[in-house]
Formats: sequence, structure tokens, C-alpha cells
Amino acid sequence: MNVTIVDYKSGNISSVINSFKEVVKDKVTIEVTSDLNKIKSSDKVVLPGQGSFKSCVDALNKIKGLTDTLNEFAIANKKPLLGICVGLQMFADVGYEETETKGLGWISGKVLKIDNQNGKYKLPHIGWNQINIVKDSKIFKDIENNSHMYFVHSYEIVPNDKEVISATTDYSSNIVCSVEKENIFGTQFHPEKSDRIGLKIIDNFINL
Amino acid sequence: MLKNRIIPCLDVKNGRVVKGINFVDLKDAGDPVEQAKIYSDGGADEICFLDITASNENRDTIYDVVEKTSKKCFVPLTVGGGVRSVEDINKLLNCGADKVSINTAAVENSKVVVDSSKKFGSQCIVVAIDAKKNGDKWEVFTHGGRNNSGIDALDYAEQMEKNGAGELLVTSMDRDGTQVGYDIDLMSKISSKVNIPVIASGGVGNLDHLVDGIKLGKASAVLAASIFHYGKHSLKEAKEYLDSKGIPVRI
Repeated sequence: MNVTIVDYKSGNISSVINSFKEVVKDKVTIEVTSDLNKIKSSDKVVLPGQGSFKSCVDALNKIKGLTDTLNEFAIANKKPLLGICVGLQMFADVGYEETETKGLGWISGKVLKIDNQNGKYKLPHIGWNQINIVKDSKIFKDIENNSHMYFVHSYEIVPNDKEVISATTDYSSNIVCSVEKENIFGTQFHPEKSDRIGLKIIDNFINL
Repeated sequence: MLKNRIIPCLDVKNGRVVKGINFVDLKDAGDPVEQAKIYSDGGADEICFLDITASNENRDTIYDVVEKTSKKCFVPLTVGGGVRSVEDINKLLNCGADKVSINTAAVENSKVVVDSSKKFGSQCIVVAIDAKKNGDKWEVFTHGGRNNSGIDALDYAEQMEKNGAGELLVTSMDRDGTQVGYDIDLMSKISSKVNIPVIASGGVGNLDHLVDGIKLGKASAVLAASIFHYGKHSLKEAKEYLDSKGIPVRI
């Protein structure tokens, strides 16, 4: 099996690479690339994302054919794809960070700034928070409800269809922190930085 | 519920862990990679490396330390000390740091914070403020506490938030290394002034100081070095103690 971590020159992905390599040891090939053919021939794809929604979408679009390739992989061929942080957010139709920006449109909905209740809550939402598992997602196999995960974000995905939500977390409001729609998975938190329990989520994705 | 974080800090010099007493009189206390691994296995919510004297010295050793640590520790890793430019930040992130803390460079050239937070995202930009009390205000110091910029720390904190900092790491220079507790007044004033998380640093001598930093200092996270470092307390003890005082922590 080979898993591709999409390197589209947006943000720091070394932690994602390190964590996947730690989990798979030498059993699975981890490619880190934006090469379209390599992505097409992968068994699984990981779409990380750091920085703003706009900067990530812009970076994706800068690589000719990448969005089409991802669409083909995840939507046409229905192969497993995991989005992390802004990688997940980009599944939405539209995001409003910096300016209104079109997303991949895989999960109908918007990405909005977290309501911090007039400054009552600090943003970014940084640190360890518990997840409420609301759907029996495949990536949560052997993950206990209320496990702690590491978050760092100021925006949240608000899906129109609540059925896709697999976990939420409580902050200033109830924030969607994980989605599963058929073969598409996403976590707002960082499994790669969430200690052993986060590595278990990565392991679950690898073993899908 | 979001948990308050406990962050053990490892002061690193030439690739080795040291702990400063008021930024001088350094003692050697081990290998940073091994230390970081012990902390992450022990439940550290995050790990911080500060390359303390790096502003004046060859600092390439830190890249190697960061690279090795990031392959062993799967909790967030913050690295600071001697970070001068967007390129330095890029290099540290590529080595596996999750956040970079900027101190002197943020004072001397605010563009570094603006540009790096735009390029890499605010989530990985921590502005470190070394503050020392002068009369009824605090002034920002640079170069590992050697130079007084004369800038008011509260105004500066607010400005850094505007410039794109994702967090502020506030160290009281009066308290650093003294083990008499955080400068609560400084922490609470800065924390009330900004909407981004504040990490309290400088002066922890016992577990009650950690409680005070969060409860009274309104810090989102507490950073400490020597109480963990010399085995005075384990992270587990610290977390259980905070939990017993009603502070939400990850256990």
C-alpha cells in the first residue's frame, strides 16, 4: 500500500510526515508529493493544511491539475482521503477567512470564524480539548469518547448536512471537529500532534 | 472543555540542556532529545525549546535537536531563541517545529511577525516577551534579557496580536530563575489586554505557582523548567495537583 501526503507548499507538514512514518514503520510507503500521477496511483491520500483557508486554496490551485486530481481520487474513484485542519475545512463549498473563497465543495457547507462571544473566549482555540464522538466513524476505532486531541484554529466548518459530523468539541460553542462522508474523512484537530491517541487515529486511517 | 496546558521548557545551549538563573550561571542537565521524550511520555501538553544564548552564537545545533525530537515526540513542539527572519522560521518548521517563538526580531522588525504569520499562519507564530518591571510599568527586553528596548510591555503585547501573533509567551525577567512564582500582575494585565492565549513563564518554584498563573494570572498555559527538570515534581503530579484545584487539565 502507498499513502500520499499532498505537499502543495502550504504550511508546515513535517509533523504530519513524521507521525505517519512513525505509525506505518516500514510496512507502508509514504509519499510526500504534489505529483499528479503519484497521487492518482495512491491507495490513500492525506490533505494537510495550515495557514488561512484562502492561502491553502490558493496554494492548491497554483499546482495545475491538482484540484481535478483530488476530485477524481476522492469523488469519482471514492478512494480514502483524510483532511487535517484546513485540509478538512477545504472540503466545504466556501470559506470566509481573509476573503470569501471557494472550497472543494465535497461537503456542502461553510467555514466560518468561531464565535468567541465578544472576546469572552480567546482565539485561536489552542490546546487540548475533548471530542464528543457522535457517529461511529471508522477512524475512531478503539478511540474512547471524550479523548483529548490537540487543536489550533480560529475557523470551523459548518456542514449543512449534520449527518456527516462524526465528532464535536465544546469551546465557545459546539464546534464540529471531525467529519466522515463515505470515503472522505476530516479532523479539525491534529492527530499528528495528539500523542498516542492521535497516532491511533492515523493508524485507523492507514488500516481502512 | 479546553484544558489549560503545562509546558515544560528546555533551555538549550550548543545542543545541550541548561537552566539559567536570571539568564546566567548555566548548569548542564542533559540531552534535549531524551529530555523531550521523557516529558512527552510523561504527559507534557507541549514542549518548548529555547535556544537561550543563540542571538550571539552559532545556532545550527538546534536544527539537529529539533529534527531528532520531532521524530520522537508527537505533541506540539515550540522552538525559540535567536530566530531572526522568516527564513529562520521556515527552517525550524521544516525541521519539525510546530511553532516558533520570536523575541528580539519581533521588537527590532515587526515585519517578521507580520510576514511570517501571513506565510505560515498565526498558529505557529509565538511572540516571546521578556518583561522587566520599571516603576509602575513593564519594559520589553531583547537579546536574552541583555538590552532594554524601553517599550511598554502591555502596548507591545497588543501590537503583536495585531501583527499576527497566535500566542504570547510572557516571561517576567524579575522572576525568572528565582522560584518565587510568576509575576501575576504582569500576566493578568497582558492576558486581559489581548484576545490570544498567554503562556506564563518565569519564576515557578512549586505547584501552587502553576495554579496561580492560571487562576490569578489568567494564563491559558503555564511554562516551567526547573521544577520538572531536576525531578522536584513530575508532570503527572503537577496535573493531578491542578486538577485537585479545579483547573481543567488533560490527564
